[in-house]
Amino acid sequence: MSTIATSPDTLSTPDLESVRAEFPALLTEVHGKPVAYFDNAATAQKPQAVLDRMERYYRSENANVHRGVHTMSQLATDAYEGARETMASFLGAAETREIVFTRGTTEAVNLVAASFGKDFGPGDEIILSEMEHHSNIVPWQLLSQRTGVRLRIVPVTDDGELDIEEFRILLSDRTRLVALVHVSNSLGTINPVRQIIADAHGMSVPVLLDGAQATPHASVNVQDLDVDFYCLSSHKMFGPTGVGVLYGKAEHLEGMSPWQGGGDMIERVDFAGTTFNEIPHKFEAGTPHIAGVIGMAAAADYLENLGWDWIGQQEQDLLDYGTKLLSAIPGLRIVGTAPKKAAVISFLMGNAHPYDVGTVLDRMGIAVRTGHHCTQPLMKRYGIPGTVRASFAFYNTREEIDRLAEGLERAAGMLS
Amino acid sequence: MSIIDQRAADLVDEFGMFDDWMDRYQYVIDLGKELEPIDESFRSDDYRIHGCQSQVWLQPGENESSVHFKADSDAQITKGLIAILLRVVNDAPAMEVASTDLAFLDQLELKEHLSPTRKNGLDAMIKQIRLYAGAMAARSAQ
Repeated sequence: MSTIATSPDTLSTPDLESVRAEFPALLTEVHGKPVAYFDNAATAQKPQAVLDRMERYYRSENANVHRGVHTMSQLATDAYEGARETMASFLGAAETREIVFTRGTTEAVNLVAASFGKDFGPGDEIILSEMEHHSNIVPWQLLSQRTGVRLRIVPVTDDGELDIEEFRILLSDRTRLVALVHVSNSLGTINPVRQIIADAHGMSVPVLLDGAQATPHASVNVQDLDVDFYCLSSHKMFGPTGVGVLYGKAEHLEGMSPWQGGGDMIERVDFAGTTFNEIPHKFEAGTPHIAGVIGMAAAADYLENLGWDWIGQQEQDLLDYGTKLLSAIPGLRIVGTAPKKAAVISFLMGNAHPYDVGTVLDRMGIAVRTGHHCTQPLMKRYGIPGTVRASFAFYNTREEIDRLAEGLERAAGMLS
Repeated sequence: MSIIDQRAADLVDEFGMFDDWMDRYQYVIDLGKELEPIDESFRSDDYRIHGCQSQVWLQPGENESSVHFKADSDAQITKGLIAILLRVVNDAPAMEVASTDLAFLDQLELKEHLSPTRKNGLDAMIKQIRLYAGAMAARSAQ
């Protein structure tokens, strides 16, 4: 799986029906109807190519990596390290060793907090924002409790954008790190990360981006962005759960100490003192999620073969169509109306509780997320308990959105 | 037949009239609208059962050897389910309430809402009701 996808422009435009046919879970019936799956921001469905690749690994290549002289171990190691090359290419990393495999975005953020952040102290500051997922808040709060580093929070505007002026005011010679979400999971806002990184680097401050909601939707190039750390989760980008990537510039990773100890991350162990392996291996203690890593690379290949242009067009169409249709429903209010959005529509319907709306939609075979979406500070900022969120993927259809609108009208009738 | 079993059987009969889910849910929502209101002083954090999805406030009360609860929720379907539960347990002997398994909810096709993973506060509310009733039964047995 070390091969890189061929250039998308050499491929013909995919047709939606055959793309949908590659996702077996889309055939699942819910309350007697084929599911209209609009919970892609929570986790996306998996294409047959990913399922096949993982099955092939377990059926014919399963062995531990980096350990054996025997052929199967070598096969597994080749597949695992090939996946690292695929993910390096997927993110546009300068070097393969800048790709650290983690359990997901959450673990990637925790790794940076525990290792890169360990020398922060009182008088130092980390800049976050009001729209962060809890996984990009709590690791920093824990670090703050340990080290005394202070957290500064960029506010969010009424339409769901970062207040960039306020960000520039918060950025100072006390700032040790800026850690922000690339695309908001609750609102869909695509943050102006290029500008943010340029501003931060102007003050010699490194930037970490939570890319969990960005990598399923668009091509990300870490060198082009010049970002210092970038985190992603496989399962949000059509790969298996339980695996993800921390990209870090080699210069940062080299200087960081390991955060978990165990096998594979060591060079030599002696009770008088242990020396550690090179990057990225010093951050990968224990037997990794080998099948997951290989499956994630298959998902990355799948996306690149499908082509970002087509994915982008398809999702923009769904977002525009959905926004138009839902806006026309009396009493429906969309939360998050930034001009640059990923295909996410978060909303409230009159005074109806999101739980009630989600329950009625579920009865109609429509899967949405309800609640605070692990962004309680953001919900507090808007003074709401939560929202109903429909998050689209390229395999969704206009017909499914018609069903959503119809379901919402029925829910409005029942819950008035 | 115990009081609780009798009331549960009545509810199963009532719900038997509906042949589609919309009517059934509409009835649940309507029952919620008729729920006896809780006293405002109980609408506080001390009496709140925190659900991730919806919240429940529970006001305990008793009458000789029977329990009498009042409760509320911010979600209408949750509130309707509260109405159903309280209709079954209120003014029933504490001993009976403490040991009921509320199996009738299965027959109403509403049991999914009581799963702890649903995080709507109902599962915790039932635990709380049983605890109150158990403590009350123990006291009156002394």
